[in-house]
Amino acid sequence: MSKPRLATIWLDGCSGCHMSLLDMDERLFDITERVDIVYGALVDVKEFPEDVDVTLVEGAISSEDDLRKIYEVRRNTRVLVSLGDCAVTSNVPGMRNQIGPAAILERAYLENVTINPQLPGPMVPRLLAMSRPVHAVVKVDVFVPGCPPSADLIHSVLDDLISGRVPVTAGVTCFG
Amino acid sequence: MLNLAQIVQSHALSFFYLSSPDLLLGFDSDPALRNLVGVARQTPDLARDGVALRRFGQRIIERLGGKRIHPAWVVPGGVSRPLDASERDSILAEIPDARERAHRTLEWFKKNVASWTEEAAHFGDFPSLYMGLVHEGGNAAYSDGLLRVVDSSGWVMADGVDPRAYDEYLGETVEPWSYLKSTYFKPLGYPAGIYRVGPLARLNVAERLGTSAADAELAEYRDRLGRYPSSSFHYHYARLIEIVHCIDVIDEILSRPDILDPHVRARAQINRNEGVGVSEAPRGVLIHHYKVDDDGLVEWVNLVIATGHNNLAMNRSVLQTARHYIKGDQVKEGMLNRVEAVIRCYDPCLSCSTHAVGQMPLEVDIRDAEGSLLRQVSR
Ligand code: SF4
Repeated sequence: MSKPRLATIWLDGCSGCHMSLLDMDERLFDITERVDIVYGALVDVKEFPEDVDVTLVEGAISSEDDLRKIYEVRRNTRVLVSLGDCAVTSNVPGMRNQIGPAAILERAYLENVTINPQLPGPMVPRLLAMSRPVHAVVKVDVFVPGCPPSADLIHSVLDDLISGRVPVTAGVTCFG
Repeated sequence: MLNLAQIVQSHALSFFYLSSPDLLLGFDSDPALRNLVGVARQTPDLARDGVALRRFGQRIIERLGGKRIHPAWVVPGGVSRPLDASERDSILAEIPDARERAHRTLEWFKKNVASWTEEAAHFGDFPSLYMGLVHEGGNAAYSDGLLRVVDSSGWVMADGVDPRAYDEYLGETVEPWSYLKSTYFKPLGYPAGIYRVGPLARLNVAERLGTSAADAELAEYRDRLGRYPSSSFHYHYARLIEIVHCIDVIDEILSRPDILDPHVRARAQINRNEGVGVSEAPRGVLIHHYKVDDDGLVEWVNLVIATGHNNLAMNRSVLQTARHYIKGDQVKEGMLNRVEAVIRCYDPCLSCSTHAVGQMPLEVDIRDAEGSLLRQVSR
């Protein structure tokens, strides 16, 4: 039997959830023995591959680029995991929702600059009006809250998924 | 100590997880294997040292702050709880092992450094200014220091700068093609005021680090590369020396008699409506500037981060590397990988520094002298 194909992707998050994944330390090598990592921060693959068994998604959906990626991820993934509070609730990125992107961009790129005040574009992905959790955009199969979820929790979720079990996160997870 | 532990873990991540695949397996090696797992297959000891050093730093953060990522331990007025003796002893017990691994890695790097001579000469080798925090007397500072700026021949352009005055010296500008702002040294203007921060810059601006083993390594580094190394490739070497230094400073701090003092927090109030804080983050000078109202609610923030300080230099480095390695219209994967690897030298935030993704699509337009497009390659 071929190994399960695992991907991780980082949308609008701070990378803390990926850091927590790395906090599995030596268990990381054990996991990499049991799966093929086909996409993510530690492997040099540019295009999201087809036929992925499990994708861990860090971060909220905040830009057009995030949106494009999450559709691509969903299309090619059997079990999609919302990893961390940003993916689950939009968390920190969602704090901007009451203010709106225009005011934020103005503050950062027109007011707080010394020279060349201008709004970046058109080569940068546009911000969406709202930063939204992953499940507001595509179907999510497993929710793993935490900011970030602990390495032990990520390990047990992966261990369950790799072994074909449905991970039970209720009761063992919390926000923050 | 929290900051030093963070530097150790972050440098370990940068060097072992992100850059060692290029260095060990080769810039031209098969991209499918050019990752930490590939490194672990070829030299399990090196990969294990990397994981162990990162874990050493992360565990200190966890012991002090209660969790490894986003600990809420540092609070206005101090920290939320004191260190207890058993935690101190656990950290102390892990120091000899971490120290040994750090030195072993440094030796490995020095033994192999000659094989990367070409990369060293074309990975962002140009004169620029360097900025970092120093203590009075010239030792490198990672917090509580004053800003110093030197040029590539060591001429001091600014010194003893109180971080509160940062905006007299640093200007910020926007490029239409990036959400990342670029900073420049105001007295020289834009873009002549290009400067670098982080490990390479810190070793250039400081007279010395202030711990004996690291200072011996620093002397050797300067013997090999000169007093003010100007290639961004040497960020790697500088990073490894800093790991050695930070471990020794952590040891020193833990050995202080007042380290278990339970008086760890003053009850801070809103004493002022504006404040600036500066530290050396792993990647370089980090400036936080806040304005709050009389209830302490934040009204205005400006953060000037290391990757912004380095933005002009990163772009210039990419140009230099691309010019050197991409010749004619035939482009091999290894050449493009070098263009990414030069960015990894600066260890900018993970999405850019890693091989992450269509997250970092690399497109190179090859044009002739008249500017007409000969070929477009992407990876
Ligand atoms: S959930 Fe927390 S750790 Fe994860 S990306 Fe969001 S802010 Fe970072």
